[in-house]
Amino acid sequence: MSDIPLLKVKALSKFYGSRIGCQNVAFELWPGEVLAVVGESGSGKTTLLDCLATRLAPSTGSVEYRMRDGQFRDLYRMSEAERRFLMRTDWGFVHQNPADGLRMSVSAGANVGERLMAVGDRHYGKIRATATDWLGRVEIAADRIDDQPRAFSGGMRQRLQIARNLVTNPRLIFMDEPTGGLDVSVQARLLDLLRGLVSDLGLAAIVVTHDLAVARLLSHRMMVMKDGHIVETGLTDRVLDDPQAPYTQLLVSSILQV
Amino acid sequence: MTELATYNFAYLDEQTKRMIRRAILKAIAIPGYQVPFASREMPMPYGWGTGGVQVTAAVIGPNDMLKVIDQGADDTTNAVSIRAFFQKVSNVRVTTKTTEATIIQTRHRIPETALQAGQTLVYQVPIPEPLRFLEPRETETRKMHALEEYGLMHVKLYEDIARHGRIATTYAYPVKVEGRYVMDPSPTPKFDNPKMHQSPALQLFGAGREKRIYAIPPYTEVVSLDFEDHPFEIQTFSEPCALCGAKGSYLDEVILDDKGGSMFVCSDTDFCEDRQAEGNGDHLSANPAQAAANPAEAAE
Repeated sequence: MSDIPLLKVKALSKFYGSRIGCQNVAFELWPGEVLAVVGESGSGKTTLLDCLATRLAPSTGSVEYRMRDGQFRDLYRMSEAERRFLMRTDWGFVHQNPADGLRMSVSAGANVGERLMAVGDRHYGKIRATATDWLGRVEIAADRIDDQPRAFSGGMRQRLQIARNLVTNPRLIFMDEPTGGLDVSVQARLLDLLRGLVSDLGLAAIVVTHDLAVARLLSHRMMVMKDGHIVETGLTDRVLDDPQAPYTQLLVSSILQV
Repeated sequence: MTELATYNFAYLDEQTKRMIRRAILKAIAIPGYQVPFASREMPMPYGWGTGGVQVTAAVIGPNDMLKVIDQGADDTTNAVSIRAFFQKVSNVRVTTKTTEATIIQTRHRIPETALQAGQTLVYQVPIPEPLRFLEPRETETRKMHALEEYGLMHVKLYEDIARHGRIATTYAYPVKVEGRYVMDPSPTPKFDNPKMHQSPALQLFGAGREKRIYAIPPYTEVVSLDFEDHPFEIQTFSEPCALCGAKGSYLDEVILDDKGGSMFVCSDTDFCEDRQAEGNGDHLSANPAQAAANPAEAAE
């Protein structure tokens, strides 16, 4: 890990009228680091993620990202064209519902190849070879390349979405409940796959989840949110094994034991 | 037809014509960009060329010579009606000769005879947005045009190759105009795409229902999108036209009987008639049914 952060978030707040989405959030994210944001429904996790991923304009505060040339740029001072370019090259966004992140009516190969074509790749054979390679890496059989995601199971769709995001070798991935709605055995395989990819590619990731087990498996560091505020932050194992804030203690003790 | 109906010249009122002309000027200034305009109700249903008719009405003058084609033919319903309409409301001279016309309104074809400087080709456009079937949100497609995000257009071509082994889009084949805007050339066969490139004629596109006008000024670069390993190709026909013997023109299949007999003839009727008048392929046109039923003989 480098000692220069990849993302610097300062005093970030988002208000919906007089209601608080998230307030005064500040943190830094380093290359290769996986940060989990946990908390109950309505705690502002998704609002925070959307503000970071330029899907929602924050009310105040700044988000600075270290570009490939080493310069820090404030995301909300960039032009929209630059932001969108960043979004489809250097970043990825994995939605909870794969239908939101995939084009359901075009084939799996085209879904994976879209980002390549968007950055100017114009060689069909090469695009297809790259798509085949990525389908293999997310454990989708090569003979499914021309099938539409409609014909895929939930777990396959989620893996396809991940492949579609990783094809341009991004440095930062946002994930919103990546295992939501999947049964436990499929969840386990997906988590295993994600863990492998993140460590192989040296990806930084921000994972929003309400599932503490997912956070424990995937993340290095953890932020606990409640009512739009960060109540505790620290290394994942420390937070889960020795929670300091009363709310975190409540959250950790609420985990159902099987 | 000699008595001019009590309409303003060319049907539309002068304010409307000014509004359309302003849209046309903007469209010419930004080649390939879709300019919104306040499309009017026309005395014909949407989908029958209301956009093209409005553009023609805005640019036509008393000295113009109008030609109207529908799928290349001068004698089909749509072409005949629109021609009669302009005779009635503007009393302009009309023709079927491509070379004589100053304005050619067209549906789904570009004439085979190369257009000249000073001529204007007016296209009737049903769906001006090339990204429509890939991205249904108009707010999003406009943003994609603005930011030049055209990766999605290639997704469609990719799908074609993945499914059919080649680019199977045969009409409304997307083009890039002057290296900037991706444009739908209206449902012309892709056979006609190369004719748009560096054409000396002015090309105007009107979409009445969708309320958009766009243009290709004379001598503008028009490139059909493709892949490096699957380059753009136009349709080819194995046989020449059964009436005029032309090779390398766009052919329509005409069904002759209910036993499966058919023949291929030029879709551009003016081009075909000119060639027949010059004495090409006469022996075939004398009895096309027999010629098609007996292709070996026809080839001789």
